[in-house]
Order: sequence, then structure tokens, then C-alpha cells
Amino acid sequence: MATKAVKFGEKLVTTKEFLAEGHSFCIGCGEALAIRLAMKALGENVIMAMATGCDEVTTTPLPYTSWRIPWMHTLFENTSAEISGIEAGLKILVKKGRMPERDIICVAMGGDGATSDIGIQSLSGAFERSHDFLYICLDNEAYMNTGIQRSSATPYGASTTTAPAGKFSMGQVTRKKNMAAIAAAHDIPYVATACPSYHLDLMEKVRKGAEIKGPAYVHILSPCPTGWRYKSDLAITIGQLAVQTGIFPLYEIEYGRYRLNADPPELKPIEEYLKLQGRYRHLTDEQVQEIQQIVKEDYAKLKEKAAAFPL
Amino acid sequence: MSRRVALEASHAVAEAVRMADVDVIAAYPITPQTHIPERLAEMVADGELTSAYIPVESEHSALSTCLGSVAVGARTFTATAGQGLELMHEVVYVASSMRYPVVMAVCNRALSAPLSVWGDHSDAMAVRDTGWIQVFCQNGQEAFDLTLWAFRVGEDSKVLFPVMVHLDGFTLSHVTEPVILPEQSEVDRFLPRFQYPFALNPDKPMTHGAFGPPEIYSETKLSQEVAFRNSKEVILRGWKEFGDIFGRYYHPVEEYKTENAETLLLTMGAYTETAKIVIDDRRNKGESIGLISLRLWRPFPFEEFRRTVKGAQLIIVFDRCISFGLGGPVFSEIRSALYDEESRPKVVGIIGGLGGRDMSEENFDYVIDRGREIAEKGSDRMLETVGIR
Amino acid sequence: MAEELTWKDLEVGNIITEAGNGSFRKTGDWRTERPILDKEKCIKCALCWIYCPDAAIKPSEEGYYESDLHYCKGCGICASVCPAGAIKMIAEEEQ
Repeated sequence: MATKAVKFGEKLVTTKEFLAEGHSFCIGCGEALAIRLAMKALGENVIMAMATGCDEVTTTPLPYTSWRIPWMHTLFENTSAEISGIEAGLKILVKKGRMPERDIICVAMGGDGATSDIGIQSLSGAFERSHDFLYICLDNEAYMNTGIQRSSATPYGASTTTAPAGKFSMGQVTRKKNMAAIAAAHDIPYVATACPSYHLDLMEKVRKGAEIKGPAYVHILSPCPTGWRYKSDLAITIGQLAVQTGIFPLYEIEYGRYRLNADPPELKPIEEYLKLQGRYRHLTDEQVQEIQQIVKEDYAKLKEKAAAFPL
Repeated sequence: MSRRVALEASHAVAEAVRMADVDVIAAYPITPQTHIPERLAEMVADGELTSAYIPVESEHSALSTCLGSVAVGARTFTATAGQGLELMHEVVYVASSMRYPVVMAVCNRALSAPLSVWGDHSDAMAVRDTGWIQVFCQNGQEAFDLTLWAFRVGEDSKVLFPVMVHLDGFTLSHVTEPVILPEQSEVDRFLPRFQYPFALNPDKPMTHGAFGPPEIYSETKLSQEVAFRNSKEVILRGWKEFGDIFGRYYHPVEEYKTENAETLLLTMGAYTETAKIVIDDRRNKGESIGLISLRLWRPFPFEEFRRTVKGAQLIIVFDRCISFGLGGPVFSEIRSALYDEESRPKVVGIIGGLGGRDMSEENFDYVIDRGREIAEKGSDRMLETVGIR
Repeated sequence: MAEELTWKDLEVGNIITEAGNGSFRKTGDWRTERPILDKEKCIKCALCWIYCPDAAIKPSEEGYYESDLHYCKGCGICASVCPAGAIKMIAEEEQ
């Protein structure tokens, strides 16, 4: 290695790769990038539990593993329960003098399916019990690993294989579950949204979530070329537009108080974001306007909350 | 000095967990198991046991949490029953295939629907194939002893399999009996510290739970089965060591007055003790009858079982579960275990004791008499049952 | 490689003790396009390096950031983010 770290302004980013090259994430995968960045912020003193999903299947086909950190996967919906056992196990072993005290970050990672659908119960339980862990949701907005089926994180109007656009359907007719709000409703110390297009912001938030005592939740938008149907080189552009149009705002919530990380004076029209993705191709002008209205209202609500409960 | 105390069987299990100095307990309450997590919570709250007590939000999470704590090297315990065991069903398989030695007490309970909190073996029968070492207890002493033994065997580096200790719901779990509790020093001699060889640790990063493409899945299952069958050696050694230290020796198949017995009644779990009274009565009247009980259920004790029944003419199997469309599950396994034997006894099966239905001595009398009748004249009934109207 | 393993070769619980052994898989053969760096234009900002999902761009001794063709899948993200237009994607040559 030519250098140990790369400078971005005032920040130093390690050149160590905790996720080895040679994984089988799709060409141009935003989730792979999100994980790579998060790992750089976490370092090597971690123990990670991961749910079944894209990130698990592309990195661990027996007998190979792409992980250079201690890593565990069992099932789809129990990652938060697993990390609870890891965290409590480490604590009690230290307390009983069987392990030296050391700083190990307990991290759980899961996709949107594993987090907001099948795994929401175990996530809620782990939050309520206040385990000291960081949960990272890698949100590619559908069950991508199994072939683009809808999840409760699929946005309104997006087409997936189980809520497809058709003669009598516009695709997803429900609104995206607000996982950040659900996490915050548990009164946990730290909640944040992030996007790999804003790499330093993402790494800061992961670092904060890791260092804070108690449960932390970071929700990372993970653009997916296969499921969102866009050219493989567009992950960064699409992520930027998601933030700039207001459909995926970047903010933090600490004990119920809000900080908006980016508040552009004017949001870009949502059409700029939608038109790059095949999963929205079927939308009529009216439907696009409907989505624009929803995005505007949701963003306004977020700003109101941030003004009412500022950090 | 060991001491003899009156203990509810659930509390006997908790006492074994305490003396084993378990590190992590993650359990969800469900009738009739509740007295186990309650007693353990009390012990932790009063400082009698130094453990992480994790009040999880479901049984699926209970066992999942246990996987995590074993993975970092903590001695781990949980307990459940009936619907709880069903809810964690997929995790039960994973605990075995990932070779995590959790010990789990199951207070055997009937399965819904209709809802029943009362005892039978249907929850145990639903997990026959999961790859856990499984034993059935008959009384409070066994509840204590086998829980302690479970840690010794499951955590052994040559085994590394999870262990289920079955107790009949209510009819054993809630019954107070005299239990001999050993000295802590004796327990410490019997049970070494848990040294999990693959503990997750940043100093030596490992991957647990890679997925199995078709090119390799079959090999993983063969590897699991070979290791599981080979655990028998440590199972037996564990019982020998237990006997040497505590004075009570356990065997895979318990034989009760079986010498030269023409007829053998086969039962599992707590109802065995009622059946033994009937056996005594009949033997006193000169009948050639004995009783066998499978203490070790998995891995199935083929060797010991075949040896025990040699010479008998008839085995009457009493099942506390209906396997729908098949009949008695234990009955069918017993038949299958004897099929290749050159000379083998007749095997008949009768089902009863479902959903908390008691089995009286008269009921067992019926089982034996009807069993003999079926052996002689055959049966034209769809299902042979006892005590069902 | 998995096909060569027998049931005896597997570790207990199928645990993989060699961290990162997945780097044996050379995903470079997925490519239909490859990135070409114009060092004259490069301002060494490292954005291509940080945004590569495959960690297939590595810092070089001279301070440039160059593609590791063993792993580069040819997604083109590096070319699309380069502020200096120093990276171009060209069709993968015939072997």
C-alpha cells in the first residue's frame, strides 16, 4: 500500500479495506459502496451481525468470505436479537473477568426488508432493551437479493415484481415506512439518515453511531442499478439527486431532537430523480406531480419537526 | 455436603443453571415454562447468579440472542414450551447446524389449535429432525441432573451441539419433589469452563454463517450428521463422569424390571413413573412384564435400544402425540429401529395423554391389556388411543 | 473450488477461519468496459478511489489512484465522478 490514509479536506480516511475485493455485488452497486464506507468509519474493532440479503450473499459463499472482521449471519429477521446476544455476552464475560475490557463496537447490518419488515420486531426489542450497538439499514428499497420484490421501504409509485406497474396498477401504492421516525420513537440516543454520495457525512454518522453509548440507528440509502434500473455508473448522481430533490433528506435525531444536515434553499424537481430510473418509467405526468406533492409535504413536515425540536 | 431439598422441577432446572454459572440467559415467558425464567430473574436480581438476563420480545429472538452470545463464547441457557418452540423453529435448526452449544429446557406443551397450555409431547416431536441432543426427564432430580450434564456434553470441544432437556409441562415442571443438590465444588469438578474455539473476536476475525451453494450444502449436512452421531461417545462419557462424581448414573435407555420380560411397555417422560407403579403391580401378580424408557431421544440410541429389547415378545409404545396421517411418532421410530433385526418383538402403539389429559394407573392397565389384544388379534381401528372419548 | 471439498474438509459449523479469502475471486472478468486514466488531467482528489464499490482502485506510489483490473467490474462510477474528466471508459479489448 502506497499510503495508510487519504486526506479529504481535514478528514483522514484509512486505505484499509475491511470488505475484501472480489465480492459479487452487482456492477455499480450503491450498497457495496455504502458498506465499504461504513467499514472504514468503524475500523477493525468490531463484531458484526448481518441479515440475509444482498450484502450477505455476495460476500460469503461457502467456503469464501469477503469479511476481514469478525462476522456472523444466521437468519433474516433476527439480526438485532443476535447482536443483543453478542453485546450482552461480551459485557458479562468482561464483568466476570473472563475477557479483558476492550472497546468492541457491536454492529448489526440489514437491508430494508430485514429492517422494516420481517426484522422490525427484533429491532424494536433491541432498542427497548438499550443494548449498546449500532444498527445500519442498507436501504435499496426492495427485496433486491431475491429479485426486486416490494418491501415497506419501496417508495410510492415505484415498480417492483410483487407490486408491479400494470394496466390497473401504478406499482407501489403505499408510502415508504419512515424507519428513522420509528427508531426515534424508541427514544434512542442517535438516529441518522445517510447516502454514499455524501461519503464524509456518511462516515461521520457511522462513527458517531458507533461511539455513542446505547442504541444508534443509521439509515443509508443504497442506490441499486439492477432494481432501480439505471446505468451502472449513476449511483453517485442518483444519490445526490435523492438528497437534492428532498425525497431522501439527510438529518440526525438525538434523543428526539433534530438536525437537518442539508437544507437547500430550493429543492430540485423530483422529475430529475425519477426520470433516471426504469422503476418509475411507467408514471404519468399526473402521477409524477402527485409524487412531487408528497415529497414537498413530507419535507415541509420534517422542517417543522426540526424547527420545533432543534438539536 | 450435598443436601436434599423440596424443589419444584422448574426451580430445579434454574438451580442447575445457577450452579453451572451460566453467563447469558435470554428467555421469553410461556406457560408452563414461566417458573424457570422467573426463578432465574430472581436469582440474578438478588446476586445469587451473575448472568446477563435478557428479557427478549419473542421466542424467535430468545434463541437468536442465544446464538449471538454463544458465538462470543458465553455459556448460554434458555427455556420454552409449545408455541414458543414452534415460533423459534427455524432458529432451532440453525443452532445445530452452526454448532452453537445452547442448553434449552422445554416444558413439553401441546400445540395449538386449539390453544392448550397443558402438557404433551407434540412440541418435542416437532423438533425431532433438528439436530439437537435431546433427553427426557422423569422427575425433579433428573431435571436438575440432566440440565447440568447438558452443559458438560454440549460444550465439549468434540461435540459443540445444542442440547434440549424435556420436562413434561405441569405434570413435571410444576411438581415439587425431593431433589439432592450437590456441593458447588463437585459441580465445578464436573463442569469445566466453556471454551468456545471459534469465538468472534477482532484479534482473529472469522466468518460464521456463510451460505451454502449447491456445490457444498450436501457436504455440510453430512459433516453435521457424522459429528452428531459421534457425540454419543461424549454423551456416555458425560453420564459416566456424572455418576462418578454425584453417584447417579444415567443411561440412554432406562430399563425397569425388564429381565426375562415378555412384554415391555415403552414410555417417555414423567408419566413413566405412573406406569412403573402398574408394572410393579402386575409383576407382583406374576406377569412377565417390564418397562423401558428412552432417556436419550436424539441421537437415537439404536444400540442400547436393540440390546434392551432382545428376547421380548411384545413392545407396547405409549405416545403423547399424534403425528397426523402417520400415528404415534415414537411408535413408528421404534418399529423402524427394529426392522432389520433378525428376531424382533411385535410392536404396537397407543396414543394418549394429549393436552394435559392425565394417565392414571387404570389407563396404563388399559394400554397394556389392549396392547396385548392388538398383538394377538390385530386392530381394525384407524388409531389406537387411551382415555379419548 | 468448492467442488473439490469433501465433508471432512469443512470446519465445525462451516466456520471460515481465513478472513477475506474471498479475494481469490477475480471479478475483473465481469467487465465489458474498463477505465483509462489520463494522468495529465488527474488532480489526485481521490474521489474515484472513495466511490469505487469494489475497492478496485488503489493508491499508487506516485499518488495517483489506479484501477486494479483483477477486480474492476467496469461500472464507470469513477469516470462519472471525476471532477477533472481524467477517466474515460473504453470497451474491454478482445483477449
